[in-house]
Amino acid sequence: MNKEKIIEGLLKLSASITILTTIGILYVLLSESISFFKEVSILEFLTDKEWTPLFVNKHFGILPLVMGTLLTTFIAVSVAIPIGITIAIYLSEYAPNKFRKIVKPLLEILAAVPTIVYGFFALVVVTPFLQSFIPGMSGFNSLSAGIVMGIMIIPYVSSLSEDALRAVPKALRNASFGMGATRLQTAFKVMVPAASSGIIVSIILAFSRAIGETMIVAIAAGQQPRLTLNPLVPIETITAYIVQVSLGDVAHGSLEYKTIFAAGITLFLFTFILNNISYYIRKKFKEQYE
Amino acid sequence: MKNKLEAKNVSVFYDDFQALNNINMSFEENAVTALIGPSGCGKSTYLRLFNRMNDYIESFRLEGEILIDKKNIYNKNIIVEDLRKNIGMVFQKPNPFPKSIFENVAYGLRIQGIKNKAILRIKVRKALQQAALWDEVKNDLDKSALTLSGGQQQRLCIARTLAVEPSIVLMDEPTSALDPIATAKVEKLIYELKKEYTIIIVTHNMQQAKRISDYTAFFYMGDLIEYNKTEHIFTNPTHDRTQNYITGRFG
Ligand SMILES: Nc1ncnc2c1ncn2[C@@H]1O[C@H](COP(=O)(O)OP(=O)(O)O)[C@@H](O)[C@H]1O
Ligand SMILES: [Mg+2]
Repeated sequence: MNKEKIIEGLLKLSASITILTTIGILYVLLSESISFFKEVSILEFLTDKEWTPLFVNKHFGILPLVMGTLLTTFIAVSVAIPIGITIAIYLSEYAPNKFRKIVKPLLEILAAVPTIVYGFFALVVVTPFLQSFIPGMSGFNSLSAGIVMGIMIIPYVSSLSEDALRAVPKALRNASFGMGATRLQTAFKVMVPAASSGIIVSIILAFSRAIGETMIVAIAAGQQPRLTLNPLVPIETITAYIVQVSLGDVAHGSLEYKTIFAAGITLFLFTFILNNISYYIRKKFKEQYE
Repeated sequence: MKNKLEAKNVSVFYDDFQALNNINMSFEENAVTALIGPSGCGKSTYLRLFNRMNDYIESFRLEGEILIDKKNIYNKNIIVEDLRKNIGMVFQKPNPFPKSIFENVAYGLRIQGIKNKAILRIKVRKALQQAALWDEVKNDLDKSALTLSGGQQQRLCIARTLAVEPSIVLMDEPTSALDPIATAKVEKLIYELKKEYTIIIVTHNMQQAKRISDYTAFFYMGDLIEYNKTEHIFTNPTHDRTQNYITGRFG
């Protein structure tokens, strides 16, 4: 066998490992969830307002966990999207080249910090700081977790949005300047609209990243599933619940244990839908420029 | 005869590299002046001086003065955006915005704060007519400008420039990306436009310079070698270099 063939074989092998792993994960998720839904009705799962599988009085309503996830996600993207896009516009439309070359990698470090560090940062720095002017804020809450998660996500938004802005042909910027537009007008009337699909993809990525984030919320947001929009009280996200059960002493195969697969498949549905939207936008974007 | 623009002792540097050497030249109002010369001789650099588009190049440095209607446009108190509203530019490759045909032409008007729909419609129509594009697109104003052919896109860019009623139009090889038929249309258009506009056009095409310009300036390695009435340059050039260039012996 020659080298080419060996390499080709290796590539095929790694591609199939990836696919097989995905199929395996889906299989476990589905089969465990199916056996969960044999004991708990989907109706109860979707409509019950409490999630207490680990207590004596068991309720299996996923809504509080979904709400916790959405609440922290919403807070995080409210921080990450405006700041990330502002940074992207600043770097691509205003900053001198030298400055951009220094700042961009520095920003990307934000995404490389282990999330557990962020979690403790939220718990021991941000929460006490916020408590100093928000009386009655709990030690665990979605606000600090969300804000810190937002900071972590900033580089995802700024980096991808900046790439999208820089991919817009320079000729468009020149055309706009040539018409007497200011930098600000050029940025918002020409560059951002022309880069909009890339920017939207970066926003969707921010959502997926926030929905799937585990460590920060597990550490700083609490472990109390609660159907609330109040960002000052402890809540629990889907991911934090999965961690809690995985680390706890729940017996394998028990109903309590299967709840993490039901929670997991809910999470999977969210990210799956977001991925598809982003795939669809990218595809459409490609066609537009071909 | 009135001088609309003037370059006085103009030298341009990109860092240490000198791209233009002490140019002195004035441009007649409502005339077409062609800038010719081999690649890299500084034509684009020179053209971009008049609407200050070189300002975005970090290494760019200017010595001397550029006067428009006797005022130095590099004075500290000049607002570049206002200057550019009076001096349109058409680029080498058509560069319409990924917006509708209408919005492309309306862009400069919107930048100037015009919101009235009726006024926008009138001005967009007038500009498209001036650019000899109206009949081809009047039923498709809401279509994306990117659906137009290259030649149509370039006329759209001309319309976009004319919509804000500048008095000067700068063109940097506006037909170099177009086929002969589209080129002929744009040339005819330029010829028409000089009644109302002062036009400076960079061109690689000798025949084009001959056909559409009143004056021709020949540049070579950053120097202005010869500047005169176009017929004079093409029938009886003073310098050998000019002679060699226009007869195609180098370039
Ligand atoms: N942004 C720039 N930075 C450095 N040098 C430049 C830049 N733009 C043009 N030049 C140099 O200046 C000279 C004139 O260029 P240009 O004005 O584009 O010539 P032309 O339009 O006649 O082909 C060339 O030698 C070119 O390499
Ligand atoms: Mg050029």
